[in-house]
Amino acid sequence: MSVVENVGLEHAELLRFITAGSVDDGKSTLIGRLLHDSKSIFEDQLNAIAKTSNKRGMEKVDLSLLTDGLQAEREQGITIDVAYRYFTTPKRKFIIADTPGHEQYTRNMVTGASTANLAIILIDARKGVLTQSRRHAYLASLVGIPHLVVAINKMDLVGYSEDVFNQIRTEFSAFLQGLGSRSVEYIPMSALVGDMVVERGDNLGWYSGQPLLDYLETIDIKQDVNTHDFRFPVQWVSRPQTEAMHDFRGYMGRIESGSVHVGDTVTVLPSGLTSRVKEILFYNGTLETAFAPQSVTLTIEDHLDISRGDMLVNGGEPPRVTREFDAMLCWLSEQSFDPGRKYIVKHTTHMIKGLIARIDYRVDINTMNHEVVDALTMNDIARIGIKVQQPLVIDAYTQNRGTGCFILIDEVSNNTVAAGMIC
Amino acid sequence: MNQRSYFTHLDALESEAIHIMREVAAECTNPVLLFSGGKDSVVLLRLAEKAFRPSRFPFPLMHIDTGHNFPEVIEFRDYRAKELGERLIVRSMEDSIQRGRVVLRSGNQSRNPFQSITLLDAIEEFGFDACIGGARRDEEKARAKERIFSFRDEFGQWDPKNQRPELWSLYNTRTHPGENIRVFPISNWTELDIWEYIGREQLEIPSIYFAHEREVIVRDNGLLPISYLVQPKAGEHVQNMMVRFRTVGDMSCTCPVASHAKNVEEIIAETALTRITERGATRMDDQTSEASMELRKREGYF
Ligand SMILES: Nc1nc2c(ncn2[C@@H]2O[C@H](COP(=O)(O)OP(=O)(O)O)[C@@H](O)[C@H]2O)c(=O)[nH]1
Repeated sequence: MSVVENVGLEHAELLRFITAGSVDDGKSTLIGRLLHDSKSIFEDQLNAIAKTSNKRGMEKVDLSLLTDGLQAEREQGITIDVAYRYFTTPKRKFIIADTPGHEQYTRNMVTGASTANLAIILIDARKGVLTQSRRHAYLASLVGIPHLVVAINKMDLVGYSEDVFNQIRTEFSAFLQGLGSRSVEYIPMSALVGDMVVERGDNLGWYSGQPLLDYLETIDIKQDVNTHDFRFPVQWVSRPQTEAMHDFRGYMGRIESGSVHVGDTVTVLPSGLTSRVKEILFYNGTLETAFAPQSVTLTIEDHLDISRGDMLVNGGEPPRVTREFDAMLCWLSEQSFDPGRKYIVKHTTHMIKGLIARIDYRVDINTMNHEVVDALTMNDIARIGIKVQQPLVIDAYTQNRGTGCFILIDEVSNNTVAAGMIC
Repeated sequence: MNQRSYFTHLDALESEAIHIMREVAAECTNPVLLFSGGKDSVVLLRLAEKAFRPSRFPFPLMHIDTGHNFPEVIEFRDYRAKELGERLIVRSMEDSIQRGRVVLRSGNQSRNPFQSITLLDAIEEFGFDACIGGARRDEEKARAKERIFSFRDEFGQWDPKNQRPELWSLYNTRTHPGENIRVFPISNWTELDIWEYIGREQLEIPSIYFAHEREVIVRDNGLLPISYLVQPKAGEHVQNMMVRFRTVGDMSCTCPVASHAKNVEEIIAETALTRITERGATRMDDQTSEASMELRKREGYF
């Protein structure tokens, strides 16, 4: 029974991260190394990739094959989309959004980054800071990833040189400062040999920081969500329709930010009416207080007309209630933006019609320069003005990820065509 | 502040799944939850309780019965649905076979590959636009890329190259008539997460998940349970072994593993140390080719 206690992970936290690098920087090798050295690879998986490595005439097992996904890709020898990987240590459970680097890169990275706490940006020590490295850092900051790790990889190929590491760090930190990135860690490593990934290794004695996995296990992520502004988009109204619960109205939803206590005054938006929280229900019990990202059911003192799409708010800064707002948009679809077309905006639990009224500029993600354009195609990042049919309750994305993001859906094809971050 | 630190990975996964189920209930017209009696769908039911109680579930439960199920599992399925007071629909492959919709080469061949036909027929019969299922991304390579809201065309097919981008937790639930969405609220759970959750919530599961004595033979490097579907061939000899099942599928191809784990804690201990993936260990039909799951998914299998 004592064994059980050791492996019990019940108190582990969840951390989601993304890896970004140019082709051949060692991203797949790094993920393979993390999975392998943290003992998350199963024997049958290892056998399968050993077989493949052998078939391709390789001497050693190629760890990068672990993250190779679908048949179509295997045929073409490329990965095409976002894949999710999981591994667990006694301290944390990790979800990796694995996004391959090629021409659809922006769209894939934005998708994978949208839920991430942290991004690992890989830099090949021999090549130093490249245009792509800056692009990855820009996208990470655009999507509001709170923490960055700059992994300076292939240190074995530069003689594990401290000078090379310092040069890259100096150059890149100047650039990151311009982006306003706050939490940044630089780690030298060799994904191939294993130095500073899970184990310290013997070759980077001059580096006093933590190996990558230690860092991932210990970095504080509790402040990643906005803790002061209570935002509760109503998902579903519970009305059991039974004799005993005839008057029961429970507002079900997930707390996007902040916290709520029994007795708190809450404002219902967009109507602006207020009431007080009577109960916080969770399954077959009640709570005194609840916080993001819990999914709960609230009841309130007064009988108000509240339905899906409304938001209960409290504390801190009030959100904006508006039919017009500006946003940074990432166009995801192969079908270009069509100004004549209506799109559906999905924001929190609301779905309404909207239109792009204005394109201010497109960002050249290699130079960060602004360009005047009148069309948007796949992978474009642009600042736009948007108008919607009914008022939305919004926050700036930089203040609140959950209430500051939206997607655009093409009304005819039903495809998700763009992702937006409210300014 | 203090309370936050007790928000564990299981709490995070649970809250995500509840949010997903409520989105389905709110935005889809006619959803259904697929309940097999297996451990993943047992977890789904608890999540549905957490999402919707004190109301009833806003969808029925449905099981696609291959006719090759372990009797313990079927018994459990009926018992659990009744206990919850929710409606259970059962559609069986036996019917599909009799109506000529499914043609098998032999009577005791694995029926897993044909489940999709019965499932698609049932979707059409009831006009379901969303099916909530218990698949997880860690089960198999092909699933690692699948969306939580996974769109299927009129033929029930999944096109891995043409998936809708899925960002934040803004799920696109829109479909045209005839199309439907498979929804996987526990996409981000691993086998270990499932066991820990079963332990934490003290969920009942079918008895065959726990170690018990059973007659088995060794075939193709795996153990196969003896039943009316599997009989020893010449040269194979039947042994009595302590085993448990890690998945509960078609009796003709679901392999147990040697185990002495008698309760959830012991299973967790074994799972944390296990060196073989769940599907690798227990499904003969997935080993045929590295890409076999993907092929079946394209055909509409879950
Ligand atoms: N010497 C050395 N080679 C590496 C290292 N990391 C990756 N590689 C090699 O670089 C090549 C590309 O790696 P891969 O992981 O496939 O890159 P990806 O395209 O970013 O996924 C492979 O031949 C790897 O073996 C490292 O730390 N040192």
